Amino acid sequence: MYGLCDCNNFFVSCERVFRPELEGRPVVVLSNNDGCVIARSNEAKALGIRMGHPYFQLRELIERHDVAVFSGNMALYGDMSRRVIGRLRQLVPAAEVYSIDEAFLDFGGIAAGRLGELGHRIGRTIRRDTGIPVSIGIAPTKTLAKIASHLCKHYPKLRGACFMHRPEDIEKVLGRYAIGEVWGIGRRHRAMLQAAGVATARDFIAHSETWVRQRMGITGVRTWRELQGEACIDFETAPAARQQISYSRSFAREVETFDTLHASMVAFAASCAEKLRRQRSLCGSVTVYILTNRHRDDLPQYYESATLHPPVATDDTLELTLRVREGLERIFRPGYGYKKAGVLLSDIVPREGAQTDLFDPVDRARRSRLMEALDAANGRLGGRKIVVAAQTLSPAPTNRAHLSPAYTTDWDQLLVVKA
Amino acid sequence: MAESPIRLELFAADTRTATEVPMAASGVAAGFPSPADDHPAMSLDLNRLVVRNPSSTFFVRVAGDSMRDAGIDDGDLLAVDKSLEAHDGSIAVCFLDGEFTLKRVRIEGGKLQLAPANDRYRPIEVHPEEDFAVWGVVTYVIKKLG
Repeated sequence: MYGLCDCNNFFVSCERVFRPELEGRPVVVLSNNDGCVIARSNEAKALGIRMGHPYFQLRELIERHDVAVFSGNMALYGDMSRRVIGRLRQLVPAAEVYSIDEAFLDFGGIAAGRLGELGHRIGRTIRRDTGIPVSIGIAPTKTLAKIASHLCKHYPKLRGACFMHRPEDIEKVLGRYAIGEVWGIGRRHRAMLQAAGVATARDFIAHSETWVRQRMGITGVRTWRELQGEACIDFETAPAARQQISYSRSFAREVETFDTLHASMVAFAASCAEKLRRQRSLCGSVTVYILTNRHRDDLPQYYESATLHPPVATDDTLELTLRVREGLERIFRPGYGYKKAGVLLSDIVPREGAQTDLFDPVDRARRSRLMEALDAANGRLGGRKIVVAAQTLSPAPTNRAHLSPAYTTDWDQLLVVKA
Repeated sequence: MAESPIRLELFAADTRTATEVPMAASGVAAGFPSPADDHPAMSLDLNRLVVRNPSSTFFVRVAGDSMRDAGIDDGDLLAVDKSLEAHDGSIAVCFLDGEFTLKRVRIEGGKLQLAPANDRYRPIEVHPEEDFAVWGVVTYVIKKLG
């Protein structure tokens, strides 16, 4: 049996651990630069606040209903996520991190008769120990476990855990489960299926395997089988190396100068390179892009990107910094106000067995020792204290007006308790 | 599926802290072996002592002197474990009527009282209808001297 542990309204729940008085009140969390809503409490959902809702359109509603607003506090959410996973790993034989607020659980070897009670115990334990409310779904496949955890959110009677295993129960649930909500059904396939008259998951499995294969290929068949209780998606304990690494930010105010934009993008590249080295990979392409504020019709609009290829696949911050500059020089046009910029690393390959260039003028081994020393020093100092010089030339500021303290990752920002 | 009569509790091994065991630290040259080789390098990790449960332990800072006689002063750091249940006598971070407060929990004859450790403060009776929760139990006090 497989399980899914899904943290309820995770970012909101993290904020509420340290602000219990917000229990029962509408709460929203905003994206980077306070642009739009990325998490909502149930009360905020009931007010009609949507995912991705631009913040500036909500100001009146927020005031009228006294909605608590937070800027995304990724340091806090990342730490709380690690706590939830850490605790889960003590409760089940194995847990696979799927996203910041979801983990698959392996219940292999545990008697089915115990699973209903075990699901509830896991939910209660995570809530008590970390303060985060979770929904636990347990079913014969990962795809069904996701559906089971989803049911917990709609049926309070389940008390946060749903063990869905009897074929007649599963069929009843699938008959009411919208096909577009099923894990693995993307936007494109959803439209195709709806056009073909497939509204629910049960409609989908009523079609033949050939029908599904012709329209959706092997991944569609996998979902089709999983919905029928045949486990096809294996348990992965090691996170898969990422195929792309990107870092982008919106700026608080439009940026007009090359130097400010450049300083920001060098910092983005350094962060991407650090991630790349952590997963022991190299990248073959670097893409840089800049764009103006799409919400300002009164200003001239511009968007451009450039992709550059280092001579050999690399994880070297200095090499990537040079490419970023080269790319930015190519696409930067004066006279525009830039609202957002980003760096994207792609063509990612494992470091082991990478191609080398015999005539490469750079001493790669030496550079790689420099990067190791850089990562080690930054790890010890905490945060990125050692940076490429271009980064220190005043990068553009971002908006985080409603940021909560980093309660769990900074000694100077701990929760204060009155005695 | 038939229910198995064997009950298994499964726990994952804790592999967060690694202890390196040196191999023949003084080399294999002939001669008198170092007597220290039988005592592989070990050090004391304060984290392992103070943070028994990493997932549920939070550090908080104290503001106020109502717990002075329990050895907890203004500005001290506390390790608070959310996984522990408060018993009569536990010092706990409590949440009462919209505020955090640090007090000793007293449970007597079904009544709940939050007791300060300082004569200048009075104990607080918690009534069943009040919005009350124990946020976590204090396990260590960390004090900076000087």
